[in-house]
Amino acid sequence: MTIDVEQFHQVFFEECIENLDILEQGLLTFGNAAVDDEIVNHIFRAAHSIKGGAATFNFIDIAEITHELEFILDQVREGSRRLLSKDLTHMLTAVDAVHKIVEMRKGGNKTPLANQQVVITLLRCIANSESQDITEKQTDIQKINNPSELLDPTSHHDEVKQTLQINRNNAEQPVVNEWEVIFIPSRHIFLTGNDPIRFIRELTELAELTVQTNIKQLPDWEFIEPEDCFLSWYIKLTGAITKSTILEVFEWIADECQLTITPLKKEEAIQQEEVIQQEEPDTSSQSFVEISPAELNKKSSQTQELASVKQEQAPAINIGNQSIRVNVEKIDHLFDLVGELVITQSMLSDLGSRLSLDNLDSIERLQSGLAQLLQNTKELQESVMQIRMVPISFIFNRFPRIVHDLANQLGKKVDLKIEGEGTELDKNVMEQLVDPLVHLVRNALDHGIEETESRLQAKKPVTGVIKLSAYHRGGIIVIEIFDDGVGLNRQAILSKAQTKGLIKSSEHLSDAQIFDLVFEPGFSTAKTVTGVSGRGVGMDVVRKNIYSLGGHITVESEQGNFSRFQIILPLTLAILDGQLVKVGSETYVIPLNTIVESLQMVPDAIQQISGALEVYRLRRENIPIIRLYELLNITPVNTSLTSALLVVVEADGNKFGLLVDDLLAQQQVVIKSLEANYDKVPGISGGTILGDGTVALILDISGLVRLITDELFVKPCAA
Amino acid sequence: MNEAVMEYDEPLTTDYHTQYLTFTLANELYAVDILRVKEIRGWKQPTLIPNAPDYIKGLINIRGMIIPVMDLRVHFNIGSKEYTPTTVVIVLSVKQGTTSRTMGIVVDTVADVVKVAESALASALPVKGTISAETISGMINIKKQTATVLAVEKLFELRKSNDRKLKSNE
Repeated sequence: MTIDVEQFHQVFFEECIENLDILEQGLLTFGNAAVDDEIVNHIFRAAHSIKGGAATFNFIDIAEITHELEFILDQVREGSRRLLSKDLTHMLTAVDAVHKIVEMRKGGNKTPLANQQVVITLLRCIANSESQDITEKQTDIQKINNPSELLDPTSHHDEVKQTLQINRNNAEQPVVNEWEVIFIPSRHIFLTGNDPIRFIRELTELAELTVQTNIKQLPDWEFIEPEDCFLSWYIKLTGAITKSTILEVFEWIADECQLTITPLKKEEAIQQEEVIQQEEPDTSSQSFVEISPAELNKKSSQTQELASVKQEQAPAINIGNQSIRVNVEKIDHLFDLVGELVITQSMLSDLGSRLSLDNLDSIERLQSGLAQLLQNTKELQESVMQIRMVPISFIFNRFPRIVHDLANQLGKKVDLKIEGEGTELDKNVMEQLVDPLVHLVRNALDHGIEETESRLQAKKPVTGVIKLSAYHRGGIIVIEIFDDGVGLNRQAILSKAQTKGLIKSSEHLSDAQIFDLVFEPGFSTAKTVTGVSGRGVGMDVVRKNIYSLGGHITVESEQGNFSRFQIILPLTLAILDGQLVKVGSETYVIPLNTIVESLQMVPDAIQQISGALEVYRLRRENIPIIRLYELLNITPVNTSLTSALLVVVEADGNKFGLLVDDLLAQQQVVIKSLEANYDKVPGISGGTILGDGTVALILDISGLVRLITDELFVKPCAA
Repeated sequence: MNEAVMEYDEPLTTDYHTQYLTFTLANELYAVDILRVKEIRGWKQPTLIPNAPDYIKGLINIRGMIIPVMDLRVHFNIGSKEYTPTTVVIVLSVKQGTTSRTMGIVVDTVADVVKVAESALASALPVKGTISAETISGMINIKKQTATVLAVEKLFELRKSNDRKLKSNE
């Protein structure tokens, strides 16, 4: 009757990562201002739930590290410790270590982390430093007991272990007790992924045990439910332990069991009896007797913690291996909409059953019903799309840490400002945006912001500013990375581009065109290669990633003053406004946001130039004509340009004219990946299904243009 | 299409039996594991894929999923054929890890469903025809005919060898 615990691992990892983020952000705020109780509690809870989860799923190394973190945080929470910035750095290292372990375990890698012991030792040193005297004065023995819990004694760092041992012995030498523990797990304990035996086994490390198993509850064979627990245990403990130590062992399943701990040797100091039992109305029985106020406080605060941690868990929606956390409001809205849809449906079917051609009135009602259905469908669609949208703070929140670390490493003073972190973005887009953004921010810090002396010379404030902002503009999202550093060096870029052979010296280029060169592969004007950036890889990858998301990136800069990178992205990857066009017998979708205009060509404006290149003179611009049927390899209906239709599109700042046979409707299309069952098709960003059930391909304009520039004619700026 | 299951005419053993769907290409008989077959549908002109290899006929929509259609005759180099009302598309699906891939293959006609003992599956011949050896997982004798059993997984891989040859005109 084993339960596959692995099925819960994924959820644990996700929660773990979320909690680690909370920890990290919380720790970073400690550096700035006075410690806020709310934040301490918050991150303490985070550490606590990681530890608990890790112990349950037997990730002992994670549990060990977080246990130490929790221990320190507990001291902070009680006000017996102030964290120094040195301590914070160590604690952040520990958070990183846990993060690493989680990532490793997630990938199925079970090897232990190399520096785990170092991390633990560091944390123990913090825990045992400065505030030890205070803790002792506080006479709170439990806290000193804590470190031994859950830890494999062999893994202790010797020195630390000894001190701990001494403390512990000093504090509790006289306490040799006998305890009687009645442990009745809830019937559904296996479903929560806990195994009662594990807890009993843990007790064996603390004291000598005599265990009796009670099988009275076992039903007859035919009634047995293999996934329910019918057993309970009577345990007799002999050893130098206190009641709180026993309680700690069972702490993780406090909600899922009924526990009675009674001292057998009656000593005045510890004459207590307690029953902890929550949730499980059907098994509820006797309540408890005589609880010391201290214990009561401790318990209730713990259970509150558990409860509040649970409440924070928003419903998760599983999509294969991935999951999204969705605001409950969005789900509620969806529910409302489905409700409306059902009403519309019943109204329509009622109408359908009574529909007759003689009754003009009913036709009118049918039309209004259909209009309502259309409205419902649209709202439903929008609302479903909303579920995929997550606030960009998911990415932005990691930057305070990155900037903090990097600024320290580089010895620069930087103030990071974040705006518009509530801007929502499609989850897929978000995930692929992380690396480019991290790269850009690191660049801004490393290359952009100057050393303190240079800033003083330039009469700038000593502290540099990096600003991250995100906002909606029409149907697109703009993300800006701004720094008030040196800006891009126009001349350096030009000469570098010339030596690389990217441009000819005689060319007249606009600033925008020059700055665009930094995205070319192998381009870096950094004088020295640092560990942070300047290896010449990166910017081209940044641009590639953003292209693949259907967006683009531009740079604006003023030498000596600032540089601003602007990433422009479509709101979502799943739906787009498209213009349907006919080429030969095929229908294609051109994304509406790429279309500048559509026109019928005037014969006078068509010319052939620079070697069989067809261009169309639109006002003052010469627009290269792309014969789509050639590029897409389709039997053409019409090959003459005269009075044919041209769709002028813009891609990567250049305009192109696409020759099409017919313009059809404009409509929203749902994008479907071709890669799921086929392959990437150059020049095609995906497919969609039209009203008649056939498949139409969506043109990827940038991709198409690259297809041409690669094959037919040389890049506009390159010779 | 004959839905009846035809027993393989050799003495029955306790062997594990596999069912195959057989179909014809030109005058040759082929078979695929029936568990890979999702559905069989009639031929309908698919949406062309720009610059795809000639044996990829295009994309079709099956219940909201876009899948490629491959002409096995062209792919196996056994001539091409006008598509007629009996031309069918067999929709095959393969599970790779957590994702499953689906593809349609165009065949001349669907022949039958046969049940074959595993021991009766002979290995492919040592000499090679126009089909690459790794696409063939074996041979089975069905009455007087011999069917080539195709390795469906390999068919999916071949689809990837997109050589991007640009044809001037269809």
